[in-house]
Amino acid sequence: MLRVNQKNFNFDWITIILFLLLLGFGYLNILSASHIGEVTSYFDTDQLYGKHLVFVGLTFLLIVFILSFEAKFYEQFASVIYFVAILALIGLFIFGKDVNGARSWYGIGSMTIQPSEFAKFATALAVAKYISDLQTNMQTVKDQLRVAAIIFTPALLILLQNDAGSTIVYLAFFFVFYREGLQQVYLIIALSLIILAVLGLKFGIVITAIIATIIIASVYFIRRKKRGSILQYIIVLLVCVSFSYGVKLFYQHGLKIHQQNRISLWLRLEKDPTKLERMKKAEAYNLIQSEQAISSGGVSGKGFLQGTRTTGKFVPEQHTDYIFSTVGEEWGFLGTSFVVITFVLLIIRVLYLAEAQKSQFSRVYGYGVASILFVHFTINIGMVMGLIPTVGIPLPFFSYGGSGLWGFTILLFIFVKLDSNRINEW
Amino acid sequence: MRKLLLLTTVILVGLVFIARLFYLQVYNNSAYNIFEDTAIRKEYNYPKRGYVYDRNGKLLVANQPSYDVMVIPREVAPLDSLEIEEFCSLLKITRADYDKKLEKARHYSPRLPSPFVPQLSKKDYAVLQEKIRKFEGFYILKRSLRSYQTSIGANVLGDLGEVNRKIIQNDAYYSLGDLIGKQGIEKTYEETLRGVKGIKFIQKDRFNKNIGPFKEGKLDTLPQPGKDVTITIDSELQAYGELLMKHKRGGIVAIDPSSGEILAMVTGPSYNPNLLVGRERNKNFSRLFLDKVNKPTFDRGLQAQYPPGSPFKVINALIGLQEGVVDTHDKFACRMGYYYGSRKLTGCHHHKSPLDMNDGIAQSCNAYFVNVYRRIVDKYDDAGKGMNVWANHAKSFGLGNFLNNDLSVGQPGRIPDGDYYDRQYGDNRWGSTYIVSNAIGQGEVEATPIQLANMVAAIGNRGYYYTPHIIKNIEGETIDSKYTTPNYTTIDKRHFEPVVQGMFDVYNEGTAASLRIPGIDICGKTGTAENFMKIDSVKTQLTDHSIFVAFAPKDNPKIAIAVFVENGYWGSRFAGRMASLMIEKHIKGDITRTDLENWILTHSLENEYKKPYSGEPFKINRETTLQVIENYAIEEKNPIKIEKPSDLKL
Repeated sequence: MLRVNQKNFNFDWITIILFLLLLGFGYLNILSASHIGEVTSYFDTDQLYGKHLVFVGLTFLLIVFILSFEAKFYEQFASVIYFVAILALIGLFIFGKDVNGARSWYGIGSMTIQPSEFAKFATALAVAKYISDLQTNMQTVKDQLRVAAIIFTPALLILLQNDAGSTIVYLAFFFVFYREGLQQVYLIIALSLIILAVLGLKFGIVITAIIATIIIASVYFIRRKKRGSILQYIIVLLVCVSFSYGVKLFYQHGLKIHQQNRISLWLRLEKDPTKLERMKKAEAYNLIQSEQAISSGGVSGKGFLQGTRTTGKFVPEQHTDYIFSTVGEEWGFLGTSFVVITFVLLIIRVLYLAEAQKSQFSRVYGYGVASILFVHFTINIGMVMGLIPTVGIPLPFFSYGGSGLWGFTILLFIFVKLDSNRINEW
Repeated sequence: MRKLLLLTTVILVGLVFIARLFYLQVYNNSAYNIFEDTAIRKEYNYPKRGYVYDRNGKLLVANQPSYDVMVIPREVAPLDSLEIEEFCSLLKITRADYDKKLEKARHYSPRLPSPFVPQLSKKDYAVLQEKIRKFEGFYILKRSLRSYQTSIGANVLGDLGEVNRKIIQNDAYYSLGDLIGKQGIEKTYEETLRGVKGIKFIQKDRFNKNIGPFKEGKLDTLPQPGKDVTITIDSELQAYGELLMKHKRGGIVAIDPSSGEILAMVTGPSYNPNLLVGRERNKNFSRLFLDKVNKPTFDRGLQAQYPPGSPFKVINALIGLQEGVVDTHDKFACRMGYYYGSRKLTGCHHHKSPLDMNDGIAQSCNAYFVNVYRRIVDKYDDAGKGMNVWANHAKSFGLGNFLNNDLSVGQPGRIPDGDYYDRQYGDNRWGSTYIVSNAIGQGEVEATPIQLANMVAAIGNRGYYYTPHIIKNIEGETIDSKYTTPNYTTIDKRHFEPVVQGMFDVYNEGTAASLRIPGIDICGKTGTAENFMKIDSVKTQLTDHSIFVAFAPKDNPKIAIAVFVENGYWGSRFAGRMASLMIEKHIKGDITRTDLENWILTHSLENEYKKPYSGEPFKINRETTLQVIENYAIEEKNPIKIEKPSDLKL
């Protein structure tokens, strides 16, 4: 099984180089964001940057380990890996450790491991395995329900552990399903639902209902010949309005206060200045600090280890979810655009390679990798810049943390391995 | 198609991110300025402001500590009304003041410190110091204030005031709450005296705690102490001049002709410089500044421009000699005035006639100088050219333009030339008879007392002067060379002797014969200037101004002086007496003629000054009587002593 030969080195070096760029640059920023006082030793494992360096070192071992398996191994054992991951998530309810209100960690000595980070690649493998089965047809409701079950099982477990951010990531698989033949109507429904939710929250039910009526009526009048019964349209309209209303109810009663406030801030719903002032000191504090840190970097930044806000620890959680604000402050627009472009190139590269795969398993898996990276990238950077509401998920290869780093590394390098093997896939 | 959904979304998101980053970091961002970085605390370290000494080494201005309560509005923790009340009572302000001041500070900047209550007294500071911790966002900043060791020379020494917004905008050195010289020597030698404040950049964390020096203190600077300066003023003479000027309005400027150093610069009425220190400054300043009747902030020695009157005649004599239109023996007749045809252009008083130059000066004969002046102007083909030549000569005495020296205020005066009259009358539509008033220092000629003092200094030096200045010595620096380079007049040295002799005879047998000082040869010239004021928009003549200029001794003069007393009637009456006393004080150090001194000290012109404001019709000159202060007490003779405040620290 652990056979090493020449053709196994046929890896896609572009992907690897992009990965290394992100990993290296990420480490520099963690060093900046976590150092207190002068940096005396880079290997000081009492410091976060020292620990992260250890994680980075172990990452390379991990890569060698992953690449040394046969590509077929991942396809054959996809289900096993998936079940192990699910078990690990379930086990958290018994053996898990509470950190910041989320029960997402196993504590082993002084180390902690977050299984949800590993559940992502496991789910991606399982989805790839299921869809690539000859009998699977994504157009059928039966198969749609089954893949939905594959992704919602871990998602639900994670949600129950109070880690709403990581749950959202599983929506990434929508892109995979769509690529593999999910009907167009789902895309339309998904987009409509998002628009309805935002409209309802921002402008209220009445205006949403009016807009929905106008659109549905226009569709009704345009489709003269095959418009069908008017009743259908009325039902659609009612569904739309009640969905929008349901979202509002959920927003008001179903969400925790801090989640509610995050959305309120994003859509600028709160008009009361005193409440707004209070939010600025609570939910919006991180965002304001991070935006200010990014802005203060200007075009070329203040220089490595020279960020005044980073040094002053103005942005809470700066080494984890808000690491991008360090890039913004110390490396400026040049640094931030470099990171954004590198991520975009990496995702496009993975997509390109996925499309080039001959085996459907590899293609679906590759798509899963690209989708998961994309969702993390979009939500994390969007959040740090105030474009989307605050959702606490890490920036792949950048944020501090062993579990996250290894989870993403395994995710990516299984694909690198699969890709290196495509020549054999005849 | 299905392949493109994720691809296009990725690219779209990437573009949106880059656009947002561009907006945040490039478009919406000015260049990084550490002074605007809220993560860095800026702590200023104010250097000691330089001391000011008089020419004899007497300390005039020192420093005293002062405590400002500063506020950073954003960091002010919400206080309940009880706490606010306590805070207000500690600061001795009202609740309304508190709100107003906080709002003002917030308006300036919520993030930067603003002065909340400036310049606490030491006692208030002691109480507050214990409790300031309770009030988040407020802190006490220690600064240094001026401490005047004397009650004289407010116009010389000047004062410090807080910088205003305009100054901050124009000069990055200053920040809100800093002090800057506003008048006098504090203003002109601001940069020398103030030194350079030091700055410490401190890295803050998000709880606003200091976590250490920024960049290991590489950008920090140490304060550079201000330099001590010695000024040319003789504080004894200055104090004496201010004493003499009591109950009068006017100015005295005394210069050492051999160096251009200003020995005394008196303006009356004046005020105690200590009024403009501390918390009461603003109140006192507006009280002084808004007193438009007495104008105590108007330096009459430097800023008041008057027709100089007779002292200006000697300039005409000198120009006449230089232009060769007259010699010392030429005699002119005076028929109680100068007649052009049958028209009397100017009057004169009773004296012998005809008279030569010496008598012309000694008797201050108007007709004599009109003759000389007309000869100068008419020497050239057209009067315009003649006037230009005349004006150039006059200007070479430092008249008709700013002296361009180190005093914070000044006025150019006026010496009219050909162009001036071309504008007044039309090109070439005038002649020397139109403008004969200039011959006797009336008409269009105007000068300030310091210009007149400088003019007699140039005469005393027989043809040159040093720009009058107030700086004698700056610690570790040499003074500007323009104060040590003589400025030569356009008159040859040989022409001065007869004129000096004429001025000497003013004392011997002329208009100031009563003011002689035994043992000192004084050369002087009396002057009288008519003056007018608009009362209910009617131009009304007031009692004449009393003017006197002099230098002494006659050879190698040690003092040149111009005294000017508003509405003092004639030259020797007030100004001449005061000039004579000042000269004696400077040269002998003591006053031998106490009768003369007593006369000045007991005679007040305050009734005279009230006349225009009384609303009643009033009489001037000859028809008025002089007010004598009956209850003049002997201790008032020395009310201006140089006192030392007891708590002198820093």
